Amino acid sequence: MIPTKEAMQAALAKRIGRKLWEKVSSACVAVCGLGGLGSNIAVMLARAGVGKLCLIDFDKVDISNLNRQQYKAGQLGMYKTEALSEVLLEIAPYIEIETHTVRMDERNTQELLRDADIICEAFDVAEAKAMLTDIVLTGLPDKYLVSASGMAGMGDANNIKTRKITEHFFICGDGVSEVTEGEGLVSSRVMLCAAHQAHKALQLIEEIF
Amino acid sequence: MVKINGTECNVCGKSLAEYLKSENYDEKRVAVERNGEIVPKSKYGETFLEDGDTLEVVSFVGGG
Repeated sequence: MIPTKEAMQAALAKRIGRKLWEKVSSACVAVCGLGGLGSNIAVMLARAGVGKLCLIDFDKVDISNLNRQQYKAGQLGMYKTEALSEVLLEIAPYIEIETHTVRMDERNTQELLRDADIICEAFDVAEAKAMLTDIVLTGLPDKYLVSASGMAGMGDANNIKTRKITEHFFICGDGVSEVTEGEGLVSSRVMLCAAHQAHKALQLIEEIF
Repeated sequence: MVKINGTECNVCGKSLAEYLKSENYDEKRVAVERNGEIVPKSKYGETFLEDGDTLEVVSFVGGG
């Protein structure tokens, strides 16, 4: 028997304080890409009580994802938007989720991100990261962007940082570790970068609401 | 002089596009902040670096 909405809200408000709870529950965060970064960011924000998540990814759950993404072995072949929604609703049954099973590009991005206060960039391709940055920061200047670059390999956790580039643009990661033949993606380091992004999103919510 | 990623550079008068090319940056993988604002990619060719400018060139790497 899952708790009532009121019970969950009261428990969360008790944990983080009513003031912060009111802010997070009014916020809408878009997560662009639902892979190693995105699926983990979404889980953390759902647990933190964010009122609405907008999840965007065109891809399906693959066996290679299971080493770091929040999907389960029984979800292989499902669209990530659907699989992640399932996972999130088990964690936060009353969260509002909007999904878009599409590839983001220059034509659809602004519309897809219309309701979001904060946008977490969680793509895996460098060009897509740069494209999203350009579209959001020049076309949606009132929104906030938390991006990621560099979290591959087994390097030190201490090298993962959050950097402020402008008032509306932050980048998490070590800035250099890209995926190569020799350097794969390990859950702990990827999730650490995702945590930086989720935490920055929550800090921004606390600041701007 | 123009301060780029913390280092003073003698590139006044160069366009941002020229500067990025000369430093072997891939325009498609970068974001550029100039004096607190992000420069739109469409304006890289017509943004000319001036004395006293401060720039941050962010080069994205793949993975995530």
